[in-house]
Amino acid sequence: MQLQPVQGDITILGIVSVDAFTFFSYLKVLGLFSIVIVTVAYATYAERRVSAFIQDRRGPNRVGPFGLLQPIADGIKNILKEETLPATASRFFFVLAPVLVLVPSLVTFAVIPVAAPLPTPWGVVDMVIADIPVGILYVLAFSSLAVYGVVLGGWASNNKYAFLGGLRASAQMVSYEVALGLSIIAVIMMTGNVTLTEMVWQQQQLGMWFAFPLSLAFILFVVSAFAETNRLPFDMPEAESELVTGYHTEYSAMKFSAFMISEFGHMVTASALMATLFLGGWDLPGTWDNAFWYQGQLIGGFAADGSPVAAQPAAWKTMATFLGFGAKTAFFLLVYIWIRWTLPRFRYDQVMALGWKVMLPTSLAYLMLVGGTILVLEELGVPYGFGYGLVLTAVSGIATFSFIFFIDRGRTITGAAAGPAQKIEIRSIGRERQARSADLPAKTALSGD
Amino acid sequence: MTFLFYLFAGLAIGGAIGVVMAKNPVGSLLFMVTTLAAMAGTFVLLEAHFLAAIQIIVYAGAIMVLFLFVIMLLNLGHEYKADLRGGAFSVLSFGLIGAIAGLLAPEISGAEAAPGPGAVAIDAAIAEHGAVGAIAEPLYTTYVVPFEITGILLLVAIVGAIVLAKREV
Repeated sequence: MQLQPVQGDITILGIVSVDAFTFFSYLKVLGLFSIVIVTVAYATYAERRVSAFIQDRRGPNRVGPFGLLQPIADGIKNILKEETLPATASRFFFVLAPVLVLVPSLVTFAVIPVAAPLPTPWGVVDMVIADIPVGILYVLAFSSLAVYGVVLGGWASNNKYAFLGGLRASAQMVSYEVALGLSIIAVIMMTGNVTLTEMVWQQQQLGMWFAFPLSLAFILFVVSAFAETNRLPFDMPEAESELVTGYHTEYSAMKFSAFMISEFGHMVTASALMATLFLGGWDLPGTWDNAFWYQGQLIGGFAADGSPVAAQPAAWKTMATFLGFGAKTAFFLLVYIWIRWTLPRFRYDQVMALGWKVMLPTSLAYLMLVGGTILVLEELGVPYGFGYGLVLTAVSGIATFSFIFFIDRGRTITGAAAGPAQKIEIRSIGRERQARSADLPAKTALSGD
Repeated sequence: MTFLFYLFAGLAIGGAIGVVMAKNPVGSLLFMVTTLAAMAGTFVLLEAHFLAAIQIIVYAGAIMVLFLFVIMLLNLGHEYKADLRGGAFSVLSFGLIGAIAGLLAPEISGAEAAPGPGAVAIDAAIAEHGAVGAIAEPLYTTYVVPFEITGILLLVAIVGAIVLAKREV
């Protein structure tokens, strides 16, 4: 088997001859785009069904079996609906905003590796559209451009609620981008590179997914990603009890739908990123699926003497790892929906205070901690592997535990731990009230306590 | 590649003209973002991937968003049509553009030069450390003191801004 990048020409039906690399690139773009769009459509369906389940309702179940055709019906409805244009809106920017919001949410997927490399007769095809050298920076660049669509949408509508929503969105996204970037730096310190393929590879080499050795970065990343995607509990830009629906108040039909698609597209991308950065991407437990381009050859690991061992890519491995990646992404999508229908919304000043006064200092302190631990491990000559990961897991575990303990301020965790004591207190208050309303014998009973 | 270069170059110049010609300040700002994005595109064509990413993250993603914020909060209802549109200004600006183009023309008309020793060294660094590492490695070893001083400068600027913005000091 030839283990080299895909090359040469492909002859289709014996007539057209095209460059194999170009051919597979187009195929990957087409395939991944379709998968993401279908996932987005069914994420809206999942949200409605899961929210119905949480609220003890039925949810959409009329169109097709279990309501499975509901997203298609919604799509047709949105295309056929009348488009409205507010009389005082600035027409050009009003139309431009949905486009600007839709593009960044979908192009980010181009750098995320979705499966193990696939062997073909023309060479090994990487299951990532573009493994560009700046990797995660590309993701950050496009997520920072997503603000424009939201702000412009709010501003162009010429509606004060929409405008407030747009301003809130931009302030929030700029604030949480800082914590998001700093939590990614912890991952970059572990991998030593910014490409997402190498991040997956280093997690395979470490023998554990980064969610354990970098647990606090994982938590910070998830929270910032929630704020970046404007999802509850951070959906201040579209808080319906304060701002109607925020920046897309004036939008209808397909333009509104574009905002919705971009919100869910952001969710899918953020879920895929969480899976890639902290749950090993397409990596499945075991070393059988490891594969990485190292000095021009596809390797599956290193032998004891440090010489590279060739990988054994196979179609079934690609399929299995793709399903694994899909399962991880779907899990985070479910977490998104689950949290939305569980937690109430923050107040706006609380969102800002959390971003600047809690997330930013915590992520900075955590970076120092991780950097220091890595430095000590390197100085001691601990090999990069499972033991290395365990030390970091212990250090991060302590950091995570104390972070949660301090941010909790004795409300939830200590409250639950002190459960029986609280109950006694409540009972005694009840008894006191009884005693106040009752006559003398009850009072003597209380004094006997 | 050549087509992409002309596309990005055209977008950059067109955007730059748009910045000064647009009547609406928000439109002007979006033209500026277009210029910055097109410049990032040319950086990619030059294989300066890191520079391109940073261009988008810092300029288009952070600084221009702040500009947008300020423009929207200032709520510029009226248009400043008369500003900088006199005959003297256009003569001056076209003269300046002509002078710059004249100075640049002899530099770009020659045949493609062979890569110098600097380019070879950069290629070697990228091969060894990756696109980001090639910049990070000297930045955090050889030039770490200037880098840290720049960081302190920015910190001082931030503290100064907060002190100025705070009402009761």
